[in-house]
Amino acid sequence: MALQNPTPSEYIQHHLTNLTYGYHPDNGWSFAHGAQEASEMGFLAIHVDTMAWSVGLGIFFCWLFRVGAKAAHAGVPTGVLNFVELMVEFVDKSVKETFHGTSSLIAPLALTICCWIFLMNLMDLVPVDLAPYLFMAAGVEYMKIVPTTDVNATLGMSIGVFLLIIFYSIQIKGVGGFLGELTLQPFGKWMIPFNLLLEGVGLIAKPISLALRLFGNLYAGELIFILIALLPFYLQWFLSVPWAIFHILVIVLQAFIFMMLTIVYLSMAHEHH
Amino acid sequence: MNLNLTLIGQLIAFTIFVIFCMKYVWPPISGALAERQKKIAEGLDAADKAARDLESAKSQIEDELKQARTQVTELLEQANKRSSQIVEEAQDKARAEAEKIMASAQAQIAQDAAQARESLRADVAKLAVVGAERVLGATVDQAAHKKLLAELAEEL
Repeated sequence: MALQNPTPSEYIQHHLTNLTYGYHPDNGWSFAHGAQEASEMGFLAIHVDTMAWSVGLGIFFCWLFRVGAKAAHAGVPTGVLNFVELMVEFVDKSVKETFHGTSSLIAPLALTICCWIFLMNLMDLVPVDLAPYLFMAAGVEYMKIVPTTDVNATLGMSIGVFLLIIFYSIQIKGVGGFLGELTLQPFGKWMIPFNLLLEGVGLIAKPISLALRLFGNLYAGELIFILIALLPFYLQWFLSVPWAIFHILVIVLQAFIFMMLTIVYLSMAHEHH
Repeated sequence: MNLNLTLIGQLIAFTIFVIFCMKYVWPPISGALAERQKKIAEGLDAADKAARDLESAKSQIEDELKQARTQVTELLEQANKRSSQIVEEAQDKARAEAEKIMASAQAQIAQDAAQARESLRADVAKLAVVGAERVLGATVDQAAHKKLLAELAEEL
């Protein structure tokens, strides 16, 4: 898609298209040119930009916190260690308030979710045209730098959380206990199909709502930045600045919500009903 | 907005990051935090203990000072007593010495006076004899008047 004098719809379409590499029925393994080709690739495709940015930010998170962990000592903390300890203490407090079992996984999981999602959301504050134009100049057709505006990214994480919910439910209550919880309530054993339907929906809704809440918030935010970018330049700052400031709240809040709900779901999986 | 392999890729990346965080990030930091908590608690305890020690040391100092003060007054009293005793003794000694010297001086004087009287007496007897000889114009027979002379000397 040419960016020389695009129509507004072309412009929006371009900014919302991922750089996709996959198996196209006609062209074989290749980069998709346009959303049409990308959707024709079906499941056998990968969003290179989403993967690259999210993994890059994840590595940055791991590196930063590894630096803090290596510097960790019982004396007076300085520099990176201060920040890392602040985050660890915040997450630890949130986990301890909600989750009353003992688990060596949940706290680091919550820390990873919180920081990684925050970093990915933070990409939303990079001016919307910057990355696409820079990569366009380098010959890359599409570049969407906010991984959390890709439903694959959010759903990938929430499925991870979902698998943990099932794992812990079975570990704590046994297969029978978990199935019993799904089938024998709220209406007793004569209503098993109905119970299964209700509880099944409740169970499936957890990862779906986790993923779609994050995705929806960030996608909508990104879309509004793109729409503002379509306005005449002398109006843009007037809308873009307040929206960006408001968005600072949103990106932190969404990271926090994802983390807290993960903790809540996992502590629910640890409890008997 | 297609669901595709990115989903699986994200799931794998997520898992790896969580495991990394669980293995290499969380334990050292939370360990350091727990250790620091312990150290601070110990430090506060030590500070409390030091304050208590200081308090007890202060009271001990107070006690010792009091004791030292009473000791000093006792010593002063003793010293005073002793000094007055020494002075008294010295006075007694001096008095005794003076009396002794005076007595010996008096004895000497008495002795000297007796001697002088004796020699005077002898001289007077002799003079009396010489005077009598001159008056009588004749030698007094010493032997004949020996008894008379002795009586005269006695009378003087």
